[in-house]
Amino acid sequence: MSAIYGLYADPALAQRAVNNLRAAGVADADITVISSEPFEHLEFGHRDAKTAMPWIATGAGAAGLMLTYYLLGASQRSWPLVTSGMPVVPLWTNLIIIFEMTMLSAILATVATLIYTAFISERGKMYDPEVSDGYILVGVENPSDAEKLEPALTIDGGRVKRS
Amino acid sequence: MNRTLTKPFTDDMVRPVMNTTVWFWAIVLATGTVVACGAAAWAYQLWYGIGVSGKRWPTFWALYLTNFVFWIGISHAGTLISAILRLVNAGWRRPVTRVAEVITVFALMIGAMFPIIHLGRPWLAFWLFPYPSAREIWPNFRSPLAWDFFAINTYLTGSLLFLLLPMIPDFATIRDRATGWRKKVYGTLSFGWRGTTKQWNRLESAMQIMAIAILPVAVSVHTIVSFDFSMANVPMWHSTIFGPYFVAGAIFSGIAALIIAMAALRKALGFEKYLLPLHFDNLGKLLLLMSILWGYFVFNERLTVWYGNEHHEMAVFWATQRGQFAPLYWTMVVCNFVVPIAILSNPYTRNIVGCVIASCGVVVGMWLERFLIVVPSLNHKALPYAWGNYTPTPVELYIMAATFAAMILLYTLFAKFVPIIAIWEMKAGDFVHPPQQGIGAGDPHRIDTAAAPSSTGAVS
Repeated sequence: MSAIYGLYADPALAQRAVNNLRAAGVADADITVISSEPFEHLEFGHRDAKTAMPWIATGAGAAGLMLTYYLLGASQRSWPLVTSGMPVVPLWTNLIIIFEMTMLSAILATVATLIYTAFISERGKMYDPEVSDGYILVGVENPSDAEKLEPALTIDGGRVKRS
Repeated sequence: MNRTLTKPFTDDMVRPVMNTTVWFWAIVLATGTVVACGAAAWAYQLWYGIGVSGKRWPTFWALYLTNFVFWIGISHAGTLISAILRLVNAGWRRPVTRVAEVITVFALMIGAMFPIIHLGRPWLAFWLFPYPSAREIWPNFRSPLAWDFFAINTYLTGSLLFLLLPMIPDFATIRDRATGWRKKVYGTLSFGWRGTTKQWNRLESAMQIMAIAILPVAVSVHTIVSFDFSMANVPMWHSTIFGPYFVAGAIFSGIAALIIAMAALRKALGFEKYLLPLHFDNLGKLLLLMSILWGYFVFNERLTVWYGNEHHEMAVFWATQRGQFAPLYWTMVVCNFVVPIAILSNPYTRNIVGCVIASCGVVVGMWLERFLIVVPSLNHKALPYAWGNYTPTPVELYIMAATFAAMILLYTLFAKFVPIIAIWEMKAGDFVHPPQQGIGAGDPHRIDTAAAPSSTGAVS
C-alpha cells in the first residue's frame, strides 16, 4: 500500500485539505479522514453519515417479536401445563418475554451492523499513530499520482507525509 | 482550534493504565481477601447444605434475595442514566457515562449470582432456564422467575455492549501509546480501529439506537424484579404500586452509588480537573428529586395499606412501624428521606462532601428497604400459624460482604485496564461545549476552544 496524507492539528485546516483534494479531482470516496474524535460540526464529519442501521434494528426487532411470539406459543402448546381453566398460551405474561426478545434482537442487530460496516468493510490501511495525539489525518490511499496531490495537502499548519 | 492541545488530557486518562501504584495492589489485596472469605463461606454452604444459612420456614427469601434486589437496583445507575443523558445530549454527561455504565455491568453480574447462591444446589441452576425438557415443568413462561431470566440477561447483554462499544476508540488510543505486550493486547481489543469518519458515524448511530432500545429495557428489568413480589399473594407484596416503586428506588440507589464511585475515582486517580463540582451538583439535584419521589411512593404504599386495614397486612405494617423491625424502618426513612433532603436541598451543603454523605445514607437506606420488603412480609403471612422469625447467619453475612468487596475489586481492576472516562467523548464534548467548567478548566494546558469553527466547510 502507498499513501499520501497530511496531518493537521486544526479541524478547519483538515476541512480545507479535504476541499483541496476534491478540487484536485479526487473522488470523495477515495479521500480518507481519520481523527481521534468525531467532528459533527464540520462537513467532513458528515461524510458516510447515511446508514440503514435504524431500519435494520427496527426490522430485527420486528423479526424477534414474531419469532418469540411463535416459539412461546409453540412450546406452550407442546408442553401444556395444567392451568385450571386459564389459557395455555397466555398473551399477557408472554408479552413480557416478547418485549425483552424484541429489544434484544434490535440491540444485537445494531451491533452486528456496526461490526460489519465499521470494521469488516473498512479495509483501509492508512494510519498514523499521531492521530491519537489529536492530529487529523487527511489522505488518499494508493494514489495514481501522489506528486499532483501534494500541493492540495500542503497547508500552513499541516505536515504532508508519504508511506 | 488546535486539537493537539487535548494531548495532556489523553495522557492523564491513559496514565492509570500504564502506571500501577501501591494503592492499586493494596485495594486488590484487601478486597480480594474479603472476596476469598465469601467464596469460602459459599463453599461451606455447598458442602454442609443450605441449612447453614438462616433461611427457615416461612422466610425462605431472606438475605440472598434482599441482596439480589439491592444489586439489580444499583445497576440502574449506569446504562439508564447514561442513555437518558446521551439522548437529551446533556454535555455534562461525558465524564460520567463510563463511570456509571461500569456500575451497571458489575452490579448486574453480582446481583444475578444471588439466585444461584440462594438455590443451595447451584449445579441444578439450569432448571431455572426456560428450555423444553422431558420433566414437563418448563417452559413455564407464566413464572416471574422466567421473566427475570429474560429481562436480566437482555439488560446485561445490552449494558455490556453499551459499555464495550465506546471503549474501542479508547483502546486504539492506548494501542498507539503503548509498547510491548500492552500494544498487542490493546491492538487486539481495538479491532483495528482507525477513526475514519465512517467508523465515527456508525459508532454514534449505534450508540443512539442502543440508548433508545435500552431505556425501556432498564425500566422493564426492575419492574419485572418487582413482579417477583407483587405477583405473590403475600401481605404487602400484592400491590400495583410495586413496579414504579421499584424502578424509582432502583434509580435512587443507582445515582447514590454513582456519586460514591465518582468521588472515589476523583480522589484515587487525581481526576479533580474532570469530575467537577458541577457534576456532583447536577447528580445531587437528581438524587434529591428521587428522594422526594421515593418518599411519595412509600407514603402511597403505607397509606393504602393502613386505610385498607386488612388484618394480615396490618400485622406486617405494625411490625415495621413500631414492632420488631421499627428500628430498621425508621433508620431507612432517615437515610433515604431526611438526610438527603436536609443536605441536598441546600445549595451550600450540596457540595462533593455533602453529596457523598447523602449517597452513603441512601445506599444503606435502600439496602434496608429491600430487606424490609422481603423479610417482614414472609415473617407474617396471612395465617398466624405461618408466622416465623429470621436471623441471618455468619455464612450469609460473609457472602454479602464479599459482594460489596467484589464490586470494589472489579471496579478497581476495570479502572486499571480501561480509561474510566471516555477519552474521545470528552474531546468531542469539549468541541461542542466550550469548557467554562469542562475539560481542563483551571488547567494551564486546558484545551483551547475559543476559536469558532472556520467558515470553510463548517456546517451551519
